Amino acid sequence: MDRLLNVMTGFSVLLIGLVLMSVRRAHIRVEYSVSWLAVGLALLVLSRWRGLLDRIGSAMGLDGAPVALLVVTGALFLLVLYRLSMMISSLKDSNIALAQRLAILEFRLESNEETKTQRS
Amino acid sequence: MSRLLILIPAYNEQGAIGGVVNEVRAVMPGVPVLVVDDCSVDDTVTTARAAGARVLPLPHHLGLGGAVQAGYKLAYELGFDYVIRVDGDGQHDPRDIPKILAALESEGCEMVIGSRFVDGSGEHSGVLRAVGIVFFRAVLRPILGRPVRDPTSGFVGVNRRALSVFSGSFPLEYPEIEALVVLQRKRFRFVEVPCRMRPRRTGRTTITPMKSIYYMVHVLLGVFVNVLKFEGRRK
Repeated sequence: MDRLLNVMTGFSVLLIGLVLMSVRRAHIRVEYSVSWLAVGLALLVLSRWRGLLDRIGSAMGLDGAPVALLVVTGALFLLVLYRLSMMISSLKDSNIALAQRLAILEFRLESNEETKTQRS
Repeated sequence: MSRLLILIPAYNEQGAIGGVVNEVRAVMPGVPVLVVDDCSVDDTVTTARAAGARVLPLPHHLGLGGAVQAGYKLAYELGFDYVIRVDGDGQHDPRDIPKILAALESEGCEMVIGSRFVDGSGEHSGVLRAVGIVFFRAVLRPILGRPVRDPTSGFVGVNRRALSVFSGSFPLEYPEIEALVVLQRKRFRFVEVPCRMRPRRTGRTTITPMKSIYYMVHVLLGVFVNVLKFEGRRK
């Protein structure tokens, strides 16, 4: 059990470090790093606070802290993935609207230029 | 006099698009033809322009719904009263366009569907498509409150009220069936008129059993989401 918690601590620190490094290098925007940092911090706290993990496990009716740790980790990652799906959907909508607007503006610009050429 | 635009969404249709544009222009002389090119990698744009169509080239591939919606947006901004969509692969017979336009003008409904089943023929629909059509007829019947014979037909005409709605909200993938539910949500009406369908002129159909299953799940979900947005059933 202690080894699992130590591994999880190391993983949390690694995740937090990676996210911070990516933000610093502008590979991840700050607003998109928040969820990952929150997950990293939550896992770090849980892996170092055995009593809390036991209480969560017993509240969820789970048999032992390791199972509770895995369930909580999975749930947190699912939440982050869900949030990312929402962001991707929103970005896709904006992207489509922009592409359509760009095409329409180009079309109208060309039409105006053709009209001017025909007049002159 | 009402203004009509013929809208042809196209993606890699260089083999068929020229013939389709020529046929449309022969049937509807003087009516503007707009080809929305969904970022084809072949010579669709050049071929369509050479045949006399105006082309709206999209900067990247948006899919059928995105391409059709771009055309609807442009038509709405340019003040067209009616838009009739014809597929770029030559499956729709342009000789049926006047029938769709006449129905749009006389029926006062927001959408007219060119249906291969109104007169009972139903030619040129493969097994997978036929299964999908039967399935979605059953799904749509209680939602629309009336039967629709050819819910997957892309040979459709819309008036300005529908253009206004579709400019703001249009399904991006597999748009035909969801578009009917969007219309129903707005309490708009549609009619079906008999139309001929032909085999595609070039290329092969991309429909496979796996894609059909994905299509059905995707469209079912889209229909369900649109039903959740209903403000009230049409009286």
